[in-house]
Amino acid sequence: MSKAMVVSVHNPNQASYRAYVTGFLLSLACTLLAYSLTVNHVLSQNWAIALVVATLAIIQAITQLVLFLHLGKETKPRLKLVVFGFMITVVLILVGGSIWIMHNLNHRMFLPSQIDKYMKQQDDSGL
Amino acid sequence: MRVSELNSAVDSYKINQASLKAEADSKTYFGFWVYLMTDCVLFASLFATFAVLHANTFNGPSAHSLFSLPYALAETLILLTSSFTCGLAILAAQNKAKRLVLFWLLITFLLGLAFLVLEFREFANFVNQGDSWRRSGFLSSYFTLVATHGLHITIGLLWIGTMMFQVLKKGLNRITVRQLTLMSLFWHFLDLIWIFIFSVVYLISGGLNI
Repeated sequence: MSKAMVVSVHNPNQASYRAYVTGFLLSLACTLLAYSLTVNHVLSQNWAIALVVATLAIIQAITQLVLFLHLGKETKPRLKLVVFGFMITVVLILVGGSIWIMHNLNHRMFLPSQIDKYMKQQDDSGL
Repeated sequence: MRVSELNSAVDSYKINQASLKAEADSKTYFGFWVYLMTDCVLFASLFATFAVLHANTFNGPSAHSLFSLPYALAETLILLTSSFTCGLAILAAQNKAKRLVLFWLLITFLLGLAFLVLEFREFANFVNQGDSWRRSGFLSSYFTLVATHGLHITIGLLWIGTMMFQVLKKGLNRITVRQLTLMSLFWHFLDLIWIFIFSVVYLISGGLNI
């Protein structure tokens, strides 16, 4: 056999049995834990449970990103990680910004009764 | 030229070719990764829409009264298991075990199909009781978000189907293994998106009524 057959080129998508089993079991644990916390209302405050559920989702996401999608296994330059970082930035701005601005808008919205009053005021002032 | 020199020249040529091909493949993987990341942004905009509209029920059902959590858990576990079996197919491909690849692809396909059927039945159930996407802002955003994921799953199923056919016909060569790897990335990515649908839509919005 020639040397070329022995040389193995580094493959960043190289998978291992251990990684898949670990990822599967961790994901399973996160899912079941989040589910049982929600269904059994273990904490008195719902927002506290929501916070734990969201944290578990992020832990599970990181687990799968590393173990299933092989994030962070590449050699320099780590362009995959750079694109991922940019995506996270855009997502945070998009989701966080939308919730923030729409909440603010809701907060400043008139009630139906207030609208009539406001329009009458505008009419009276000649607008 | 002596035979040994010729041999070493051939060897270095082969090494060169192998690394060139590997580099071409790594560019393909990177390009696909960029696609997956832009798809994340698409889903993020739908998540943002859901977050904004989820309380606008217009006197229709709320997430809390509508969703069945055990049903959503069943969907989640099926999809998670299919993500795992898809990984096992890739491992089998690395070990050049063609029959095993086909077996795990078939299992992945069936689990994905089961997920899709469950999701479709859930949708049909909602629509039949008058709670379609036309009912309220909450339901519009819910159907858009979850059905977009379902559409991705449908495309994924088509892809798994064609990959099974390709592996069957062409075997495990460089091209089919590369396609298998891309397909597995896509499938894992869909499970990743579902984690957030399950957590945000079903658990936090549905179960906790936030």
